[in-house]
Amino acid sequence: MTYIRPKFRHPELPKNELGYSVDYYEGALSTLCAGCGHDSISAGIIQAAYEMNIEPHKLAKLSGIGCSSKTPAYFLSNSHGFNSVHGRMPSVATGANLANRDLIYFGVSGDGDTASIGMGQFVHAIRRGLNMTYIVMNNGCYGLTKGQDSATADQGSKNKTGHVNLFESIDLASLAIELGATFVAQSFSGDKSQMVPLIKAAMNHPGFAFINVISPCVTFNNNMGSTKSYDYVRQHVEATATVDFVPKMKEISVEYGKGTHKQVVMHDGSVIQLHKLSEDWDPLNRQSAMNAVLNAKAKNEILTGLLYVNPDAHDLHHMIQTSDRPLNIMTKEELCPGSEILKEINEGLR
Amino acid sequence: MAAKKDKINDFVIRFANVNGTGSASANFLFTKAIFRMGIPVTPKNIFPSNIQGLPTWYEVRVNEKGYLGRREGIDLIVAVNPQSMLNDVKSVRSGGYFLYDNSKPLHSEFIREDINYLGIPLMQMCNEAYTDARQRQLFKNIIYVGALAALFNIEFAVLEELLAEQFKGKEKLIPANVKALKLGVDYVHANFKYPLEFRVERRDLLKDMIMMEGNAACGLGAVYAGATVAAWYPITPSTSVVEAFMDYSDEFRLDKITGKRNVAIVQAEDELAAIGMVIGANWNGARSFTATSGPGVSLMNEFLGLAYFAEIPTVLVDVQRTGPSTGMPTRTQQSDIMEAAYASHGDTKHVLLFPSTPKECFDSMLDAFDLSEQLQTPIIVMTDLDLGMNDHVSPPLTFDDKREYKRGKVLDAEALEKIEKFGRYLDIDKDGITYRTIPATHPSKGSFFTRGTSRDEYATYTEDSAAYQRNMDRLIRKWNTAKAMVPAPQLYQKKNESKNGILFFGTSEYAAVEAMDILKEEKIVVDAIRLKSFPFTKEVEAFVNSHDKIFVIEQNRDAQMRSLLMIEMGAEPKKLVSVLNYDGMPITADNILNQIKANLGSAKTVVAKVAAPKASTKKVVKKVTASKGSTKKVVKKAAPKKSSVAKKAAPPKESSRTKKVAKKVAKKKVALKKVALKKPIKKAAKKVVSKKKVIASKGSIRSKKSNSKKASKRRK
Repeated sequence: MTYIRPKFRHPELPKNELGYSVDYYEGALSTLCAGCGHDSISAGIIQAAYEMNIEPHKLAKLSGIGCSSKTPAYFLSNSHGFNSVHGRMPSVATGANLANRDLIYFGVSGDGDTASIGMGQFVHAIRRGLNMTYIVMNNGCYGLTKGQDSATADQGSKNKTGHVNLFESIDLASLAIELGATFVAQSFSGDKSQMVPLIKAAMNHPGFAFINVISPCVTFNNNMGSTKSYDYVRQHVEATATVDFVPKMKEISVEYGKGTHKQVVMHDGSVIQLHKLSEDWDPLNRQSAMNAVLNAKAKNEILTGLLYVNPDAHDLHHMIQTSDRPLNIMTKEELCPGSEILKEINEGLR
Repeated sequence: MAAKKDKINDFVIRFANVNGTGSASANFLFTKAIFRMGIPVTPKNIFPSNIQGLPTWYEVRVNEKGYLGRREGIDLIVAVNPQSMLNDVKSVRSGGYFLYDNSKPLHSEFIREDINYLGIPLMQMCNEAYTDARQRQLFKNIIYVGALAALFNIEFAVLEELLAEQFKGKEKLIPANVKALKLGVDYVHANFKYPLEFRVERRDLLKDMIMMEGNAACGLGAVYAGATVAAWYPITPSTSVVEAFMDYSDEFRLDKITGKRNVAIVQAEDELAAIGMVIGANWNGARSFTATSGPGVSLMNEFLGLAYFAEIPTVLVDVQRTGPSTGMPTRTQQSDIMEAAYASHGDTKHVLLFPSTPKECFDSMLDAFDLSEQLQTPIIVMTDLDLGMNDHVSPPLTFDDKREYKRGKVLDAEALEKIEKFGRYLDIDKDGITYRTIPATHPSKGSFFTRGTSRDEYATYTEDSAAYQRNMDRLIRKWNTAKAMVPAPQLYQKKNESKNGILFFGTSEYAAVEAMDILKEEKIVVDAIRLKSFPFTKEVEAFVNSHDKIFVIEQNRDAQMRSLLMIEMGAEPKKLVSVLNYDGMPITADNILNQIKANLGSAKTVVAKVAAPKASTKKVVKKVTASKGSTKKVVKKAAPKKSSVAKKAAPPKESSRTKKVAKKVAKKKVALKKVALKKPIKKAAKKVVSKKKVIASKGSIRSKKSNSKKASKRRK
C-alpha cells in the first residue's frame, strides 16, 4: 500500500469553479506498491480533472486488466468506472461512447494490456477516431505476474532477474501517430508539471487522444540495466517543449520567448501553448512528429511532451452521423416504428 | 388423366444451380408464386461457402397439409449445373423428373431408365432471344421458371404480378422478363405433356401468413425493441441479421433532413470487440446487440462471463451452423447449446431463447432486450442457419403499441436522492436482481465501479470468501427468478395422452410435428412439448416427470439438450431417448419416425440404436416408406415412362424463331436417344440409383453474402 491517506482536509482548500476542492476528485486508497509511478499518474489525473472543472459524474473511466488498470479505482470516485477484461477496454469504451456521446471517456491501460493482448482493439479504436483519452502507464513489464518483459521493453534491457530482452520493442507513440491518432503525447510519471497540462489537453481533444506515460515499476523493473527505471528515464528524457493548456475563454497568462513559442488553437477556442525546445519539429505535422520520435529513439532519448496534434479532428460519431442527442436517452416513441408500419411490412412479405 | 394418379400440392423440387448466376431471384420467384396461390411452401438454400462458381441448390417443398420441414425424395430437379449433374441425376426419386438444358446432348452417364427427362434448350433459346451476355445468363433461369409454371400449373398472372412488384421503379425491365417466362411456357406447351401429375392448385390456406427469413425478422425485432447500438463481425450465417437491422434502420432511424441517425452500427475488428462494444453500450444505458455464429460465440466467451458476473444486459443472436471449429459453415445445426448455456470459465449460466419461426424470431428479440435489462445478464437468441437464411412461411409479425420497454431496476436521479447509500449489488427485493445506475444520472450519488473481480454489495473489491459466496448464491437466486420470466414451452395437448413424449425446439419443430401426426395416423400416440427457453420452466419439469419415455429431438451429435435436461433438472438419463440429426441438413420427419419406431419396436436395443442412429436409420427408411404405402408406391406406378413424355401434338403458335428452336430440339431428342442406345442404359441406371448424394462445400468461409432481400422490398 502506497500510503495511508488522512481523512482530514484543510477546511479552506481552494475550490474550482464548480465549488469542488481537489479531494472531491480523489478515489479509493491505492493498493499498488509504494513508489509506483502509476500512483503519480493517478494524482496527475485528479489534478487535471479538478483544474478542468470536470463534473465527475459526466466522466466515465475504463480500464482493462493489470496494475495500471486497477488505478481507475484510485481516482474520481464520483465517476462510474469499468474494469473490463484484459486488453478489451477499447471495445467497451467504444460501446459506452456510442451510447452517450456527451460524456468524457477516460481509458487507462498498461503496456501488456495495450501492446500485447489488446493491440487489435487499441489500433482499431484509433482508426475509428473514438473520442476518448487513452493513457498507457508504460513500465515495460508485467507487474501483477511478477516482472516478465512486456512488448514495450527495449531490446537489450535487463530486468530484475538479470534476464535481457531479446526482442524489438513496440513504440506506442509512433504507432499511434502512424494509425491516425489526432492527439499523441508522451510523458514521464515523475514529471507532473508536464503531465497535467497534457492530460487536460487530451481530455479536451475531440478525437482519439493518446498519452504514453513512462511509469517505472519500482518492484520489478527499477534495476540497473533497465531502460524503464527511474534513473534511466531521468537521464534520457528529452522534452519537446514545455506545455500549457488553456481552456476556452481564459486569458493567456503564460509568456514565452519569441521564436520558440507556438500556440495551437483547438476547435472550441481553447489553446495549447508550447514552448518548443527543438527547432526542427512541427507538432501539427504528422511526418515531422514521426521523425522527431524516431530521431530521439536513435539517440536513446525518450522524447516527451505533445508530439502531434490535429486540432480539426473528427470523431466516430461524426463519421457515422449519429444523432446529436445521446442514444441512451431515446424513448420508445423515438425508436419504435409501431404496429401500423409493421402491418405494412407484413403486407410486403406476402 | 385419371385423378387418382395426381398429387395436388404435394411435391419436392430441387434446383441445381451455379453460385452467382442469378438463380436465387428466379428460384424465389417460383416459390413466391406458389405462396401467392395460397399454398404452403418452404424453400431451403443448400449453398457452398463460396461467392461464385460452386454448386448451389435450392429445394422447395410444397405441402398442402402445411408440413414445412424438409422432406427426402426429389420429385423434379432443375439441373442446370454440369458440375453437380451426376449427383443431381442420382438424387431424383424413381419415377421423378429431370429438367435440363438440352442445348447440348446429355452424356450417357446422366441417363437413368427410371426417371423422366425434360430437355429444354435454355442456352440456345437465350442466345436467340437476347444479345447481352449477362441477360443470356440471367434469363435462362427465368425461362425454366416459365417452363415450370406450365408443368405445375402455376398461374401466369401471379408471376407477372410478382415481376411487376420486383421491378417497381424499373418497369422497363419487366417485358424482357415476361418474354423469358413465356418462352418457357410456350416450349412446354409445344413439346411436353402438361401439367405434370403432381402440380399446384390454388388454395386459400395461408390467409394472412407472411414469408420471411429468420435473420431479417431478428434484425427488424431489434429495431422494434429499441436497439440503438449494434456491433458485429461478419460471419455466415448470421451476417444478414445485422444487415437487416441496417436496412430497416435506414428506413426508420434516419432523419431524412439532417442525415443523422438514431442508431450506431459498428463493424468491429473481431467478435471479441463486437461483444465488448455491446457490453459497453448496455452498461451506459443503450439497448445494444450483436449477432454471430458458433465460432463467434467461442470468441465471445470471455466477455459473456464478464457480463454474467458484472451483471450487464447483453443481447446476442447465435445463428447456429455446423461445427465444430469451422465445420460446414453453410450448413445448419443446433450444436451450440452447451457452449451458449455455460459460456465462459467459472460458474456461469446463460438465458437462452429458442425461436422456431420468423415471427418468433421477431418476438424473441423484443423479449431478449426486456429480459436482459430486467435480469441484467446476457440473453442469447438461439436460431440456426435453416431458420435464419431460408424463407419461412410464418404468422404475421405483431407489435402491441401499448407494450413498453422493460428497462428493469434502473435508479434515476430522483430515486437516488431518496437513498442514503447506494449499493449496486444489494439484493433489496430478495429476487437476486439488484438495482443499477447509468453513468451521469446524479452528480454525487450512484457512481460505482463495474468489475469482473469479486466485490461486495457496494461494488468494492473484496477477496472475502463469505462476500464472494454470497454473491454467487445471489446469482443463483436470480437464475431461479428467471425461470418464471422466460417464455413457457408450447404443449401440443391439453392433458397427457401417452406415457411417451417427444421434446424438441427451434427448427426441429417442423419435422417433429409432421412425424407426430404420422405416428398418430398409425395409432401411435405421443405427447409433445416444444422448448422456448433455458432455464427450464416448471412446465418442462412437469412434462419430463409425467412421462416414462421422452424422445429428445435435436440437431447435433452429442444430444446437448438432453444433457441440459439431465444437468439442470436431474432428469433420469434412461428415460431420455435421443433422436438426432447432424449431417448439416435440416432434420426430416422420416428421420424422426425411423428413430422413434426403431426404439419403440425393440425397447431392449434402445441404447445401441441411439448411439448409432445413422446405421440403423437407413435400413428402416425403406421399410417405413414401404409401410406408409400411400405416396411412394403410387408415384412409382403413376410415373410415366420416358417415352410418354412425348412431344405434344399441338403445333407451336409462336414466331418462326420458336419453331426453329423446336425443330432443333427435336433433333437433339433423336440424338439423345441415339446416345442412349449406344450404351446399355439399364446397367448405367442401376449403378447410380443406390449411390448417396454428395454435397461439396469448399472455399472462403466467413463472407458468404446472404441472399436476403433488402428490407426495402417490404413496400410493394
